[in-house]
Amino acid sequence: MFPAAFDYIRAHSAEEALAALAQHGAEARILAGGQSLIPAMRLRLARPAVLVDLGGVKDLGYLREEGGDLRVGAMTRDVTLERDANVRARYSLLTDTGAVIADPVVRCLGTVVGSLCHGDPSGDWGAAALASRAVMVARSASGERLIPIDEFLVDSFQTSLEEGELAVEVRFPTPDGRTHGSYQKIERKVGDYATAAAAVQITLGDDGRVTHAGVALTAAGPRPVRVDAAEKLLLGQLLTEDVIRAASEEARIVSDPFADTRGSVEYKKDMARVLVARGLRASAARLGTGVTA
Amino acid sequence: MSIETDATNNAGPQTLTMGKGMKRKEDPRFLTGNGNYVDDMRLPGMLYMAIVHSPYPHANIKGIDKAAALAVPGVKAVITGEDLVAASLAWLPTFHGFDKQMVLAVGKVLFQHQEVAAVFAETREAARDAAELVDVDYEPLDPVISPFDSMKDEVILRDDREDKTNHIYHWDSGDRDGTQAALDDSEVVVTERIYAPRCHPAPLEPCGCVAQFDAMGRLHFWVTSQAPHVYRTAISLVTGIPEDKIRVISPDIGGGFGNKVPVYPGYVCAIVGALILKTPVKWIETRTENLTTTGFARDYHMDVTIGAKKDGTVTALKVKTVADHGAFDAAADPSKYPAGMFGVVTGSYQFPVAFAELDAYFTNKAPGGVAYRCSFRVTEASYAIERGMDILAQKLTMDPAELRRKNFVRKDQFPYDSALGFTYDSGDYEGTMDKALNQIGYAELRREQAEKRARGEYMGIGISTFTEVVGAGPSKHFDILGIKMFDSAEIRIHPTGTGIIRTGTKSQGQGHETTWAQIVAEELGLDPQNLLVEEGDTDTAPYGLGTYASRSTPVAGAALALAARRVREKARKVAAHLLEAAAEDIEWVDHKFQVMGAPSRSVTMKEVAFAAYTNPGEGNEPGLEASLYYDPPNMTFPHGAYIAVVDVDAETGEVKVRRFLAIDDCGTVINPMIVEGQVHGGLTEGFAIAFMQEIPYDEQGNNMAPNFMEYLIPTSVEAPVWETGSTVTPSPHHPIGAKGVGESPNVGSPAAFVNAVMDALAPLGVTHIDMPLTREKVWRAIRDAQAAAASD
Amino acid sequence: MTATDTTDTTLRTVTLNVNGQTLHQQVEPRTLLAYALRDAGLKGTHVGCDTSSCGCCVVLLDGDTPAKSCTMFAVQAEGHQITTVEGLGGPGNLHPLQQAFWDQHGLQCGYCTPGMLMTAKAMLEHNPDPTDQEVREFLSGNLCRCTGYNNIVKAVQQAARVMRDEAQAQALAGMVPGTDPSTGTAGGGAQ
Ligand SMILES: Cc1cc2nc3c(=O)[nH]c(=O)nc-3n(C[C@H](O)[C@H](O)[C@H](O)COP(=O)(O)OP(=O)(O)OC[C@H]3O[C@@H](n4cnc5c(N)ncnc54)[C@H](O)[C@@H]3O)c2cc1C
Ligand code: FES
Ligand code: FES
Repeated sequence: MFPAAFDYIRAHSAEEALAALAQHGAEARILAGGQSLIPAMRLRLARPAVLVDLGGVKDLGYLREEGGDLRVGAMTRDVTLERDANVRARYSLLTDTGAVIADPVVRCLGTVVGSLCHGDPSGDWGAAALASRAVMVARSASGERLIPIDEFLVDSFQTSLEEGELAVEVRFPTPDGRTHGSYQKIERKVGDYATAAAAVQITLGDDGRVTHAGVALTAAGPRPVRVDAAEKLLLGQLLTEDVIRAASEEARIVSDPFADTRGSVEYKKDMARVLVARGLRASAARLGTGVTA
Repeated sequence: MSIETDATNNAGPQTLTMGKGMKRKEDPRFLTGNGNYVDDMRLPGMLYMAIVHSPYPHANIKGIDKAAALAVPGVKAVITGEDLVAASLAWLPTFHGFDKQMVLAVGKVLFQHQEVAAVFAETREAARDAAELVDVDYEPLDPVISPFDSMKDEVILRDDREDKTNHIYHWDSGDRDGTQAALDDSEVVVTERIYAPRCHPAPLEPCGCVAQFDAMGRLHFWVTSQAPHVYRTAISLVTGIPEDKIRVISPDIGGGFGNKVPVYPGYVCAIVGALILKTPVKWIETRTENLTTTGFARDYHMDVTIGAKKDGTVTALKVKTVADHGAFDAAADPSKYPAGMFGVVTGSYQFPVAFAELDAYFTNKAPGGVAYRCSFRVTEASYAIERGMDILAQKLTMDPAELRRKNFVRKDQFPYDSALGFTYDSGDYEGTMDKALNQIGYAELRREQAEKRARGEYMGIGISTFTEVVGAGPSKHFDILGIKMFDSAEIRIHPTGTGIIRTGTKSQGQGHETTWAQIVAEELGLDPQNLLVEEGDTDTAPYGLGTYASRSTPVAGAALALAARRVREKARKVAAHLLEAAAEDIEWVDHKFQVMGAPSRSVTMKEVAFAAYTNPGEGNEPGLEASLYYDPPNMTFPHGAYIAVVDVDAETGEVKVRRFLAIDDCGTVINPMIVEGQVHGGLTEGFAIAFMQEIPYDEQGNNMAPNFMEYLIPTSVEAPVWETGSTVTPSPHHPIGAKGVGESPNVGSPAAFVNAVMDALAPLGVTHIDMPLTREKVWRAIRDAQAAAASD
Repeated sequence: MTATDTTDTTLRTVTLNVNGQTLHQQVEPRTLLAYALRDAGLKGTHVGCDTSSCGCCVVLLDGDTPAKSCTMFAVQAEGHQITTVEGLGGPGNLHPLQQAFWDQHGLQCGYCTPGMLMTAKAMLEHNPDPTDQEVREFLSGNLCRCTGYNNIVKAVQQAARVMRDEAQAQALAGMVPGTDPSTGTAGGGAQ
């Protein structure tokens, strides 16, 4: 299949991209890795009139730690995180997530920021960003603003970016030594979107009790879902099987998926439960604490 | 199976290449981007065609407005069904002769995505833009999606037909009353409705064609066809173009698996476009078109009933099938076999009596019913009996291997006449199963399973000991469009001892360029590297019925061996002349001619070939070539024993195939490397059918798997690691004893996978889950069984 | 909005660097790279789906990044070095990967093969000594309907071995003064 026709503008800097967005308004769409937008255009589910390609904006392709965060530029591909030794060693939730998105070839072009901007409730980065309490950096002609991820992800395929605004960076807080996470996904095959998936990240205090908890679900509602009740329940607790069971049950309750070829509502809700429990156990194992029965 | 490639690749002419893993001659082309597929054809002035499809499964067409489409720059023409009616090209005969199919919808659409109009334009993109703008006024009708609704005849889907019913045909075979009586008398009877889901062969290269009329009005038609000669005849019958004015060329084919046997509406449209626009037209299907309009497979609802004594001896088999054929009966079965070879449903077992019947119905779904990597409905049959035997074993609490052993047709019983009328040529079912059981360590696995069960873990072992029937077929029974299902070969040996081989078959990845050369090399003592194999061009190849239903080796392979022997007979006379002896005194030993009793007086085929052109001898016909049409005396019956070992995650329903062993018996093996490759590929498709691959329709008639995001082809991560092995029971009636193997793994493996999962869940009392065994289905079965147990 | 009212269907020339050669190709902005390459006569790059699922179209960008050329516009590829299967090796000088696919029967119909080779090449650039499981994971964006993947995994492992040996030989040769370390590799192994 072939996309409908469009005008193409290659930006060489964020400023050029912003200028193009300003000029073409709602007609224009950013093209980052293209791995969501081009498939949609091939099926003519998307037909933007103007594409503003960030491919030539070299200085948005960075990955660095700064100010207590991992900063991921708008043109940083999934594969860059996957191959980064520091990310692999310390950002277990991001590493897990990066390994199950699409397939390795798609991950060589797809970007983390592009995925978040796409706003697909089945996209994997959304839940990972929620669980790790990421912050999006948006730039427009009038300057930059920081958008907490909970505010950024508004609805299905809808973010809080405004017309003419460009997402330039996403920041993931750097985990300390007592923080680990896990991303658990059920997919029908490699390259499929999640039937159900869960992102979990926890920090343990010296006494082994949870001091921070992030729990979020993919494909469990119109947007990636934070499981508030589970996070609250975990705080201050030792990770026992009982606590895990109670927290994961909250995930089942909150999960609000729709039935499709991947599964029924009932199945997906139960998998949210199973995957949160598995994620908590895996996180505990990474933190070197066994789960007591 | 270990493969020695390098050692044999340099094989000199004296080395036997049969039975050796000679590297494929065709590969360097494919490895370097030099393959020549239909989409690689580019002709000056070539236009691109795009098709307009119906969004509705059932609707009246009130009108079609082409104006906006025609206004798109670069668009040359738009044709509709009405245009084709005017040209008497609106309908296409289907191969098995019970029905015809609309080329472009006339008055009514009968399935979602049905072809409604065709657009011709200068670029692919413009053709697609215009296709979007063809304005079709539909009046939606209620669709009939289930054959169980369709059979009520409340809505007649095909008002173009004389018979005002959705029932297409009834087929049966065997002894109805005798079977019922035997079942009534049986100590144990099991029965289960087993569904073989609708799926699609989905080769990675979609279907497509390029049509060109040359200056003299002759049609050159490049097409993804597994059967180019049949296409030529069919095109002539449909269009009225004399057959000599048609040249069909089937170039390299990117996989077929049965998908590329039928003639599709798009082909007819492309030919019409080339004719009216007087310029070449290319049409390459989109993946969605491939999955939603071209030949689906299976869609059989089978009620399987087996009777047995308490000791496990089977007494009778009854199978009653409802077949969903979609909107047109485009199944590609031989004319006299509307249900294909379904009669092989008695499998490897001695059923004293059996009865199989089938009723086929129209529904508002895509047409098809192709032989997807199987010899016409053998996969359905094999799945039914192998699943049925396990259900019986579970009922009797008998080991499934022992139940099979008790009922196998024994080695000394061949040729064996089955209860449903086939004469099995040869086999050693018990020997093959034993080899598999030993190789996988069956007893040890059962012990491990017992331990796991005690711990509440779900591990399963599944067996399938299938018998296939391939190589259609003897002319007294088999034809397609009236053309008998023979195949043909032509061999020409050049003066320097090289040659060219042509057959009526068409490789789609099976490696004919290599195996055909090996067969002839073996018969003639020549170097297979210097025997060029050419297929697929109807101007040069002898007439043949093509490659599907594992028929190439049984039929064309036999034709080749016999044609080569004809060449040898001719050569013998020339050799006699060279050796100054009588032809009767010349024998063929160690791949050369020698005077009987005088081994020092010998000549090679290469020397004879040169003489055949330069010094053939008094009275001998010069040259060295032969052609032969082979009408097989019987089908061949490959068999195998497959064992799957799975672990089931009870929380998620996920099934992990831990091991899979396939022992195949396909008779004489020509090239073990290629055979093993065919087995790997077929097993992977069998795995896909068992766990992932389905074309489901929702209640509104929407095709729910219209692309590769939904029609799930396993990747290298899901595909298990395959273990293989073989036994060899040659076919007694085939010139080299070969039986054909391309499809056995696809036929035999689905039951092994499902049996393994059911074996894992047996402690819960689960007896059957229909394929594909998705996580959710397995999870639900476990959960329901646990809930039932809890409430007891 | 209909397909034609705001469109730019005018052709423009893109300059593509493919297999070390410069190609000037007439395209629309919407022309997918796969078709631009095929229309330029590089027919080894295949198209097997509409959903970026099959990988028949994989080419390399800048030597080591595999990309589905059906999921990229030709205009985006300007400024990148593109490698297609034709640039890997020809019939007379097969790349170790091509040779290994041949030796191990890693192909049947050949339709997936070019994409498979390019993805495998990219993997070996980053991971010259992969486990079987790593090979399977990296190739999981490339479907093959014929082979069942076992022989593809074997082929990639054979090529990896050959390429490692070549790299080692090259390194050793480089220790001897007067020899040119850039020669002595067949078909451009891992750099
Ligand atoms: C076969 C296949 C399977 C896939 N499977 C998965 C999967 O399992 N899980 C998953 O999460 N994803 C999956 N994806 C999607 C993939 O991860 C995409 O790459 C990702 O979602 C989008 O990133 P991108 O850079 O390609 O964005 P693009 O496709 O370029 O853009 C996506 C959207 O975001 C907008 N956008 C992009 N960048 C910016 C920016 N900086 N500022 C403002 N707007 C912007 C674009 O305008 C567009 O609307 C799959 C894709 C394919 C092709
Ligand atoms: S053609 Fe299928 S992924 Fe590109
Ligand atoms: S060889 Fe045919 S698809 Fe891979």
